Amino acid sequence: MLSVQGVSKQFGTTRALDDVSIDVGDHTVAILGPSGCGKSTLLRVIAGLERPDAGRVYWDGDEITTTPAHLRDFGLMFQTFALFPHRTVGQNVSFGLEMHGVPADERDRRVAEALAWVGMDRFRDRRIDGLSGGEKQRVALARTLAPRPRMVMLDEPLGSLDRLIRDRLIEEIAELLSETGTPAIYVTHDHDEARALSDRVALMRAGRIVQRGSWRELERDPVDDWVARFIGE
Amino acid sequence: MSTRAGRVALAALPVAFIGYLFVYPVTRILVMSVGEGMTDVFTSASTRSVVWFTLWQAVASTLLTLLVSMPLTAVLSHFSFPGRSLVRAFVTVPFVLPTVVVGSAFVALGLTRTIWGILAAHVFFNVAVVVRTVGGVWSRLDRSVVDAARSLGASPFAAFRRITLPILGPSITAALSIVFLFTFTSFGVVLILGGLTYRTIEVEIYQRATTFLDLEAAGALALLQLVGVVGILWAYGRYQRTRSVGLELAAESQVLRRVSTPKERAVVWSTVIATLGLIATPLAVLVARSLRGGLAGWRFLVDPGRLAITPGEAIVNSLTFAVVGAVIATAVGLTAASLIARGSTVVSSTFDTVLMLPLGTSAVTIGFGFLVALDQPVDLRGSVVLVPLAHALVAVPFVVRSTLPTLRAIRPDLREAAATLGASPRKVFRHVDLAIVARAAMVGAGFAAAVSLGEFGATSFIVRPNSVTIPTLIFRLLGRPGAVTFTGAMALSVILMFLTTALILSIDRLRAGEIGEF
Repeated sequence: MLSVQGVSKQFGTTRALDDVSIDVGDHTVAILGPSGCGKSTLLRVIAGLERPDAGRVYWDGDEITTTPAHLRDFGLMFQTFALFPHRTVGQNVSFGLEMHGVPADERDRRVAEALAWVGMDRFRDRRIDGLSGGEKQRVALARTLAPRPRMVMLDEPLGSLDRLIRDRLIEEIAELLSETGTPAIYVTHDHDEARALSDRVALMRAGRIVQRGSWRELERDPVDDWVARFIGE
Repeated sequence: MSTRAGRVALAALPVAFIGYLFVYPVTRILVMSVGEGMTDVFTSASTRSVVWFTLWQAVASTLLTLLVSMPLTAVLSHFSFPGRSLVRAFVTVPFVLPTVVVGSAFVALGLTRTIWGILAAHVFFNVAVVVRTVGGVWSRLDRSVVDAARSLGASPFAAFRRITLPILGPSITAALSIVFLFTFTSFGVVLILGGLTYRTIEVEIYQRATTFLDLEAAGALALLQLVGVVGILWAYGRYQRTRSVGLELAAESQVLRRVSTPKERAVVWSTVIATLGLIATPLAVLVARSLRGGLAGWRFLVDPGRLAITPGEAIVNSLTFAVVGAVIATAVGLTAASLIARGSTVVSSTFDTVLMLPLGTSAVTIGFGFLVALDQPVDLRGSVVLVPLAHALVAVPFVVRSTLPTLRAIRPDLREAAATLGASPRKVFRHVDLAIVARAAMVGAGFAAAVSLGEFGATSFIVRPNSVTIPTLIFRLLGRPGAVTFTGAMALSVILMFLTTALILSIDRLRAGEIGEF
């Protein structure tokens, strides 16, 4: 399980993370907060893409604060999807498997499997630039899950999609995460989304986690007016 | 100009211009050289060695340019730091310098008649091509793609090799093709630094035509080079079509990071200082050399003694040709660009390609063609008009490239918006069309003037005693004995360097925040 302890990160004069601690066990945890509150930076620190100024990150008790990103085995799905434009749909999904040294025939099977999870199996040889937003989102999800990471992080994965597609995809993501049994951190500024995916939530504001718990706890016992208003919207 | 007839009438100017000054002369060269002599030229040992030298020096120059430019390109594509845009601007200076100035600078460094001088001068010239072409994409490449690769298990090196490099691939090949084309057809630098030892096809054409008066052989070589150039352009276009990826570019401000750790600071500044040092050294040495023996070289410019053409006259000629050439090039280029911007796709793209040909062909071929063909319908060959016409021809592609994006950007909705805000049709034209185009036209004219100031290849063919320009005079002075003449050539190079740089910098100010392809 993941344990983040007292992590801080400063960019110039902006305090992006201020003494943040959070534990993630077997369930999906939603991190909810307005844009610019430091959610993405927290994910980047956990993923190893950003070195914190202070604090530590542990996995199953081993410190991984300085472990490079490619050795952490955490899946990260980006808000912009970050699909590789020079590779096909199948080659995108295959990348993580190649990096983990999976042999070619098994890779082939697992790419097909991951694409089937998201209903994109017929798109395997398609180019990225011809895909719609919803299709790109599914490919990005398949690519993140294909190497079977020990934990996944989803950074506003539905942010750029319109309402109708979002509602359908939230359900699919929730189903997939429970089917594969992967612990997950889901970051969003939309509490409907957060609520649909998880019953555990951490509320972030200006680089700090202001409250955490179940939805019911937060609603019954908000720590301040801001929390009450933010989840009551 | 919305009617078909109107468009055809408008097209007459650029079509006649390119037709008479480019297509017709090249055809005359073709007719003149096809024959028995042609096979002899192609199979002779001297042609073989010239072609071989042209190819290998172009390959070597291109690879060296890539090697020297990549560290700075990488630094400029990752970090924002004080003076970053100044560094970018400074790197561009050599690219716009006249070949004769660059030649003189490396002569001043003592690299005459060495292959290293030629290669170094080519690298010096073309660093900007790589920094701007590759850096333009790299500094706007959304880093989340690289981060995604890292989180999928790719080491920093694997992410660079498997993700960054393939995405940059098309822009790297684009830069390499441009550098290869420039060095393949290199003239001024090789003529000045190579002496009789090192000759490119371009230099060989010039020498066969002017020194040995063997026009047939020169024509055959010009055709051989034309085939090579068209082949390079064709291969490049084909490659770009097959390899282009739909790339979504981010804003530079989102991609670049501040320099934060001491290690980063060391890497950034050592790269910047090393590259700028390489670029500044030849220019500094040129200025220093022009001041050797006090102001003798500069006094020589004012009082050149027995010189047939004084430097003063050459400066006046150059400035006059720059103005006249720029006016012609802007008229032709702007007309052509507005037709391309509004026309149908097929016609536009054909027109676009044809107009680019003078850039792809060599300056020497253009000058040679003028000499061979422009005796009809009236004999223009002895006329002073020939020089600004040649300069305009070489400059037209630059005018088209720098105005086309702006012209394309004037969408109908801009005019409609102005109209709904209460502008009469006359005011719409004045405040929308004219206001936008005027700026673009100024930029185009500025480029044309800069091209004219530095033009050497075509001019050296058609220059007459009454039309000597600064670059042709510098070349003549370099070929004369005497220390004072040599220092004078250096001083004149310094003047030309400052003229061109000042012109380009004022264009850059005009262009701030504008779109353009150069």
